[in-house]
Amino acid sequence: MGRYVIRRLLQMIPVFIGSTFLIFFMVYALGDPVAALFGDRAPDPATAAQIRHDLYLDHSLPAQYVHYMGNLFKGDFGVAFNGQSVLQLMGDAFPVTIRLTIVAIVFEIIIGISLGVLTGMKRGKPVDTGVLLLTLVVISIPTFVTGYVLQYVFGVQLKWTAPSVSPSAPLNELILPGLVLALVSLAYVTRLTRTSIAENTRGDYVRTAVAKGLPRRRVIIRHLLRNSLIPVVTFIGTDIGALMGGAIVTERIFNIHGVGYNLYQGILRNNAPTVVGFVTILVLVFLIANLLVDLLYAVLDPRIRYA
Amino acid sequence: MRGATRVKWAAGAVAVALTAGACGGGSSGGSSGSSNGVVRASWGDPQNPLEPADTNEVQGGKVLDMIFRGLKKYNPKTAAAENWIAQSITSSDSQTFDIKLKSGWTFSNGEPVNADSFINAWNYGAALKNAQLNASFFEPILGYAQVHPNTSGATAATKLSGLHKVSDTEFTVKLSSKFALFPDTLGYSAFYPLPQAFFTNHAAWLAKPIGNGPYEIQSYTKGTGMNLVKWDGYKGSDAAVNKGVDLRVYTDNNTAYTDLQAGNLDLVDDIPASQLKNVKSDLGSRYINVPAGIIQTISFPLYSSRWNTANSAKVRQGLSMAINRQQITQQIFQNTRTPASDWTSPVLGDAGGFKQGLCGQECTYNPSKAKQTIQQAGGLPGGHITISYNADTGSHKEWVDAVCNSINNSLGNQNACVGAPVGTFADFRNKITNKQMNDPFRAGWQMDYPLIQDFLQPQYYTNASSNDSHYSNANFDNLVNQANAAPSSSESVSKFQDAEKQLVIDMPAIPLWYQNGSAGYSQNVSNVFLNPFSVPVYNEIKVK
Amino acid sequence: MPDGHDPLEPIDPSKGSVAPAGGYGGGFDLANADAETLEKAPGHGQEPGGPAGKPRSLWSDAWHDLRRNPIFIISALIILFLVFISLWPGTIATQDPLKANLAKSQAGPEPGHPFGFDSQGRDVYTRVVYGARASVTVGVCATLGVVILGSVLGGLAGFFVGWWDAVLSRISDIFFGIPVILGGLVFLSVVTNSTVWPVVGFMVLLGWPQIARIARGSVITARQNDYVQAARALGAGNSRMLLRHIAPNAVAPVIVVGTIALGTYISLEATLSYLGVGLRPPTVSWGIDISDASNQIRNAPHMLLWPAGALSLTVLAFIMLGDAVRDALDPKLR
Repeated sequence: MGRYVIRRLLQMIPVFIGSTFLIFFMVYALGDPVAALFGDRAPDPATAAQIRHDLYLDHSLPAQYVHYMGNLFKGDFGVAFNGQSVLQLMGDAFPVTIRLTIVAIVFEIIIGISLGVLTGMKRGKPVDTGVLLLTLVVISIPTFVTGYVLQYVFGVQLKWTAPSVSPSAPLNELILPGLVLALVSLAYVTRLTRTSIAENTRGDYVRTAVAKGLPRRRVIIRHLLRNSLIPVVTFIGTDIGALMGGAIVTERIFNIHGVGYNLYQGILRNNAPTVVGFVTILVLVFLIANLLVDLLYAVLDPRIRYA
Repeated sequence: MRGATRVKWAAGAVAVALTAGACGGGSSGGSSGSSNGVVRASWGDPQNPLEPADTNEVQGGKVLDMIFRGLKKYNPKTAAAENWIAQSITSSDSQTFDIKLKSGWTFSNGEPVNADSFINAWNYGAALKNAQLNASFFEPILGYAQVHPNTSGATAATKLSGLHKVSDTEFTVKLSSKFALFPDTLGYSAFYPLPQAFFTNHAAWLAKPIGNGPYEIQSYTKGTGMNLVKWDGYKGSDAAVNKGVDLRVYTDNNTAYTDLQAGNLDLVDDIPASQLKNVKSDLGSRYINVPAGIIQTISFPLYSSRWNTANSAKVRQGLSMAINRQQITQQIFQNTRTPASDWTSPVLGDAGGFKQGLCGQECTYNPSKAKQTIQQAGGLPGGHITISYNADTGSHKEWVDAVCNSINNSLGNQNACVGAPVGTFADFRNKITNKQMNDPFRAGWQMDYPLIQDFLQPQYYTNASSNDSHYSNANFDNLVNQANAAPSSSESVSKFQDAEKQLVIDMPAIPLWYQNGSAGYSQNVSNVFLNPFSVPVYNEIKVK
Repeated sequence: MPDGHDPLEPIDPSKGSVAPAGGYGGGFDLANADAETLEKAPGHGQEPGGPAGKPRSLWSDAWHDLRRNPIFIISALIILFLVFISLWPGTIATQDPLKANLAKSQAGPEPGHPFGFDSQGRDVYTRVVYGARASVTVGVCATLGVVILGSVLGGLAGFFVGWWDAVLSRISDIFFGIPVILGGLVFLSVVTNSTVWPVVGFMVLLGWPQIARIARGSVITARQNDYVQAARALGAGNSRMLLRHIAPNAVAPVIVVGTIALGTYISLEATLSYLGVGLRPPTVSWGIDISDASNQIRNAPHMLLWPAGALSLTVLAFIMLGDAVRDALDPKLR
């Protein structure tokens, strides 16, 4: 087990190098960021050349990459589009986004799995149909609309919460944004759980457990749920990336200056240090998340074991 | 299971979700969160460090206009350039200007505002090594070519030879050619003075800029917001009537608008396009919609073989007549734009050079004449055109689609025109700068200073800095030269208008509409208005 | 790092035949590191599920069941209808989806225009009908591509584990890291043709890792089942084991994720179009119309209702289809 974890952690090194280069290359492919600095005005060539020189953009792609990586190992992540250091930007954005992601995942786990168990046990009953309809709504209505409507209803009409999140973004202000962020994933988690439960209720071991006279609750939690959770856990593992890096719409609606927002700004402004810095950290997060998921497999299904 | 009933239910659920959203604008009774005499206003993250010569967009410009005052100030209501720190600016030949300063002005750190404050600031702004985005504003000054050579890395002079200090309160500026309206450009933020502190401890200054305006910066958190407080030592007549301004960075103007409705914000100076239909019912009289010095056009790449033929000017005139400006400004923009009939802006006023209807029938909607003109000129190049725009900012898609639909309807061909989005503004600008456009593209021009010269020369003079069409016409250039050398401002304006008439003939860019500034404010504040640059006049806002 | 067998590792009787553990030399530690990682604990008692003992093959059996399932029939009818209007939209919508009458901007329903008008004054009903082609094509093709590529790669990773799993999982980690917007701007802004295929290809490129991980997880679970071990002991080949014993048991989560993803791909197309890199105008699609309508939710909710309703109907049909297929394939029902 320990060796396995160490091996997986060591695999981060090639992934780190691969992803930094890939992303660096992609931002490079986006084109020259300098012209956009001048707004609608055509750039003065000499000034533009001077800015390119100052930003090390007047070198070849490999040279820029080596320069960037060299600075990276000195702890210098470069400078973002607005003159802030990327390190500082990440230091501000990641804690907020991590809190938001945790709220969203908690919603996914509590609501998604509960609804999934409920509908899985009562397939074809009205509650199942009702949840299916909610699923369709969540998939078809853009996050922008659900987010805006909820913000308007709870923030402006009912005044239960402030429409926008304050800069410090405490957990209680992130409940509504977290719910909005989790909505689409909730659809996945609910239906995955439902399907797993439905399949496993037919499993022989459940029949055996029930036949042995075990209490229903215990059967559901101990046997049914546990065996049904592997796809759900896998999904949530893959979803962490989407939640952290892809929360652009949610972050914009609720004025959260998080990872998605900064990444989006970095991409629009072709700012390689911002994009590469944020994405690299995100990739490391996926690696750890996937490792945890693989370890959870062994917890959920004791037949799976790691050397 | 019962699939059919499910469908019915699904439709019902969608409808329920939507009516929840449609429930209309409840008024915000909002005096929640006492603001203690401070205005809470929306803001966007400035893209560049807040140096006067490096700030070329409106969000950074807002702050500079609060913490700085220059030689001139544009009257927030009439746009006229008025002497502010300048006692007088005189010239006998429109080329050498003698500038005398009022005495007693200081920066908020106590340093005096003197001739050196300006000379040092301008030298800094012009020098190539500082790579300031607004360096080209110093181009008229003699010696610019030496401090800002065309090749980077060349050894450059550090001082503009045209600037000469006479005394602490007087200096002269010699230009490389005649430019009668030069003094009126000096209200622009690039020409603001800088204290010694800017040069001695640059990093500290950037973290918390120090100026000589009605406000001083109390705290600045990049990406989040800025707190400005009234500076009690301010000498000017336009001191702040409130205790300060809290600028809050919003990721989206919709969110700012929602916060305004909820009573958490006092001022939004950018009403989201999607709320324009509701803004009157939401805010009533607390909604402002006034002309600003911004014009939107469709520019043509005159370097492309599609648009440099003998007949293509006729095609462009035809396209201009095919666009129903009136209907688009009503239906798409809810009258926050005014149909354009020249290439300047109403904020200039008649004396400043705005002339309604200068473009004449070429800018008037006339579908049958449009179709006929284009047919006579040999039709659209290749049978159809695209209009490029950047998709990332500014929600241009809606109006570009509407313009194309208008052209298609006029020409009776659903495939004559189609919008062509470009992913990012950077990519869009690169394509324009590198002359890679083959078809028209959207262009917007926000004036730097309220002069007709600023609307015409940078965009249409041969090889001018923002001549994205690469338009070149000897008659136009000649008239602009005459205008700049004219002895009086009225003669200058009249020559500029003559030059503008050449644009009707050649139509390098189709004028679409003049953009208004729009803003909304809460019940906590009053006396809110926008200046001709569509920026709120913060120092005049009264807080209840 | 081990370059061969870990002395602490229990002997896995199955591994010799399926995963060449550590067999690729010691110099390739990282890629090889998973070679002996996923182990089953032998003899942990679960009741044997037992392979289906019917004479017909599982797959033809499933088809037999499907044809009698009313859910399948209803969903198939909806899908056939969608295919029909995708191919011949003109049969039920006689107007021009591009014809704009700006004077009618955002106007409500009126005779001849049952769903009202959009912001440009175009007929919403006609656009919903014409939008089916691009949206259904994008949704179905992207989902098929993602499901096929993802489940093959992920399934093999879960089945063979070892270096194949390590390499594939790490590649998918990198793909997970590519922001959709960045990828879209890089890969799609160079495309100038106005078909749906670049968009479909892009979605497959960025979408496969998710299905791959789901499939991998399912296969890892399924291969632990006793009947799989039994089949292996009886000398079943890899391909037979994968197709006959593992795939039917592992397919359910893939179907669930795939059917929901179909809806999200149709919406994603709108996001890409919004960014200026999706379907090129004047292509009509539900996604583009939903995206345009989103901003107008307070002014003209009918603009959103109808295309979103069409998207819901499509997703519903495929969710029902997925349910039916899954039921038909479930060996436990036999």
